[in-house]
Amino acid sequence: MSFPSTSPSNNHDELAIDVKGLVKAFDGKAVVNGIDIQMPKGQVWGFLGPNGSGKTTTIRMICGLLKPTAGQGTCLGYDIITESSQIKLATGYMTQKFSFWGDLSIRENLEFVGRLYNQPQLKKLVDETLESLGLEHRQKQLAGALSGGWKQRLALAAVTMHQPQLLLLDEPTAGVDPQARRDFWDQIHRFSEQGMTVLVSTHYMDEAERCDQIVYLAHGNLITQGHVQDVIQESGLQTFKGTGKGVRHLSNWLKQQPGVEHVAYFGNALHVSGTDIQALHHTIKNCQQRPENQDIQWQQVEPSLEDTFIALMAQSGEDQRKHA
Amino acid sequence: MNQHRSKLSHKISRINAILRKEFIQMFRDKMTFAMMLAIPLMQLMLFGFAINTDPKHLPTAIYSEDNSPLVRSIIRGFKVSDYYDVKLQANNPEENTELLATGQVAFSVHFPAGFSEQLIKGFRPQLLIEADASDPSASSNAIGRVHDIINQALRHDLKGPLANLKAKPGPVDVIIHPKYNPEGKAQYNIVPGLLGVILTMTLVMITSMAMTRESETGTLENLLAMPAKPFEVMLGKILPYVVIGGVQTCVVLLAAHYIFAVPFAGDLTDLMAGVMLFIITNLALGFTFSTLARTQMQAMQLTFFFFLPSMLLSGFMFPFRGMPNWAQAIGEVLPLTHFLRIIRGIMLKGTQLLDHQQDLLALLAFTLIIGLIAIKRYKQTLD
Ligand SMILES: Nc1ncnc2c1ncn2[C@@H]1O[C@H](COP(=O)(O)OP(=O)(O)OP(=O)(O)O)[C@@H](O)[C@H]1O
Ligand SMILES: [Mg+2]
Repeated sequence: MSFPSTSPSNNHDELAIDVKGLVKAFDGKAVVNGIDIQMPKGQVWGFLGPNGSGKTTTIRMICGLLKPTAGQGTCLGYDIITESSQIKLATGYMTQKFSFWGDLSIRENLEFVGRLYNQPQLKKLVDETLESLGLEHRQKQLAGALSGGWKQRLALAAVTMHQPQLLLLDEPTAGVDPQARRDFWDQIHRFSEQGMTVLVSTHYMDEAERCDQIVYLAHGNLITQGHVQDVIQESGLQTFKGTGKGVRHLSNWLKQQPGVEHVAYFGNALHVSGTDIQALHHTIKNCQQRPENQDIQWQQVEPSLEDTFIALMAQSGEDQRKHA
Repeated sequence: MNQHRSKLSHKISRINAILRKEFIQMFRDKMTFAMMLAIPLMQLMLFGFAINTDPKHLPTAIYSEDNSPLVRSIIRGFKVSDYYDVKLQANNPEENTELLATGQVAFSVHFPAGFSEQLIKGFRPQLLIEADASDPSASSNAIGRVHDIINQALRHDLKGPLANLKAKPGPVDVIIHPKYNPEGKAQYNIVPGLLGVILTMTLVMITSMAMTRESETGTLENLLAMPAKPFEVMLGKILPYVVIGGVQTCVVLLAAHYIFAVPFAGDLTDLMAGVMLFIITNLALGFTFSTLARTQMQAMQLTFFFFLPSMLLSGFMFPFRGMPNWAQAIGEVLPLTHFLRIIRGIMLKGTQLLDHQQDLLALLAFTLIIGLIAIKRYKQTLD
């Protein structure tokens, strides 16, 4: 499945990322399999997909850390294969795994990054960064001794210190508490207002909904992209929500019924989804007629993004996670 | 390529960034830092014993076919001297030699029959001392003292009419048989050579970790995502260890002078210039290893793979000219070989740096080639 891009302009100058047919193979096995991304400047895009779907690999190819096996493209107007040093100067890449120097203090890490990017007034910049992080009083602490969430905050501060035009964030909020996660996103939107383009990979649906657009990968293929609402609608998915006593016991039975593509728990409720609305209706009716299901109410609801993704994953074939 | 267009000041800023980072990491890793200083000291101490100029209390066996008071006086003289520690009385000459061969004693002394009688008659009887000279420096002082010890021991016995026997050439004809290494080796070769060995071992090892550590800790991805060029990373990672190499050199030279009294014939500036070149050669080599190895373990193995021939074929352990041609050919490719010629020349023979043009050229060429390999091998991507 693929959807027309909703990008406002076809002007290449307006595209922060413009790659076509990106392929990356390790030992002959393609883990990214021909991905096209045209991302306009100034937007915040979410990069989603199950584990091992190729998000990190794609991001690495975009910022010049991996050489694509095939395909081509530009990032900020620079060729991703031949001009990676210009790309590096103008991007900030936050790695999925914390990759700052654990045996340097927080301040020393920031100073190191500042010097590498040749920042003028380094001391002032580092002071300000520490202050905005709220880490002035812990600046001498070794970065390796920070808790997971604080490491993420330090990393975000460090990769944005040189005011990059493009931010590539690989699961920046993994392991971050809910309040800090909200702060993270406020921060991301502030960067966006300053004109930065942001590509964020995430597994959180609520984060996907904060993006201008999402790109969904599975098995190294781009499955769908667009605004969250559009992705949901265009998936053609219909969802029924069942509530009431005993609904949770129905899950296994429902999975066997015609028209049911997937069943998921949402708190006390059950979401039953499928693309064949007729068959789905029939199944729900069947269910209601059984005497033991008297107490269960059904209503059609808007499918959530998660429903959509689970359905997309099911449609795109075998779950990559088995051999990832 | 566009990469080369970036301004010099930016380059320097980036080298500075990496250099500072490496310095901090070096000081913070107290264990490694301590080892960098401890290894030279330890090696000096270990090898130093071989050139300990005054070893004492060396075990000695005695076989005497004459049991007169004069002989007993001499034996007592050996005993009270600090050098000989008379441990065993052998029952026959074979046993006496056997004790020496098996290393139970360092000396075996033989008083022949009729020793005292001949001595009193002024016939200067022979006193045979067999010495284990496989470690020549260990036995030389004790041997040098033997005449004094005998004269001192007989001081009270040779009185009255015998007093004139004390005059030269002395009452006893001491015959020394150094065994197992009759020539002995120029011991002062060791300390200058040791400087080369220490620099090779520690500097290659530490820089061979330079990139592998980044990749093993996962920081490589971050480093590569930032705008640092291969050459800048290499310089930034090498320069801090030039300082360390300098400190190590000072430690060894001070010890050579104050502890081991190694003579210093040449010019210190010449020496330091030669040492600096050698330090940079080793650092470049270590950095190249770190671009070849995938893990720190592999880097370590490469270091030792290189270190062993350096130690054995450079002329440090065995005289270079004594080696077969193929071994000399290998030796010629090793930086340590050339460094040893330079440093031994300057320190011991008082040559000047420029007298060693061939060796300097060899070191320079080695450094250039190895540096080029490093730059070529340095991966700018994670592939
Ligand atoms: N250097 C490599 N060598 C071999 N295979 C690799 C390499 N890097 C990634 N892969 C494989 O490529 C696939 C995609 O990995 P990638 O890290 O891009 O996934 P991801 O979408 O980021 O997953 P996650 O959500 O778990 O971070 C995986 O199957 C992984 O095993
Ligand atoms: Mg990933």
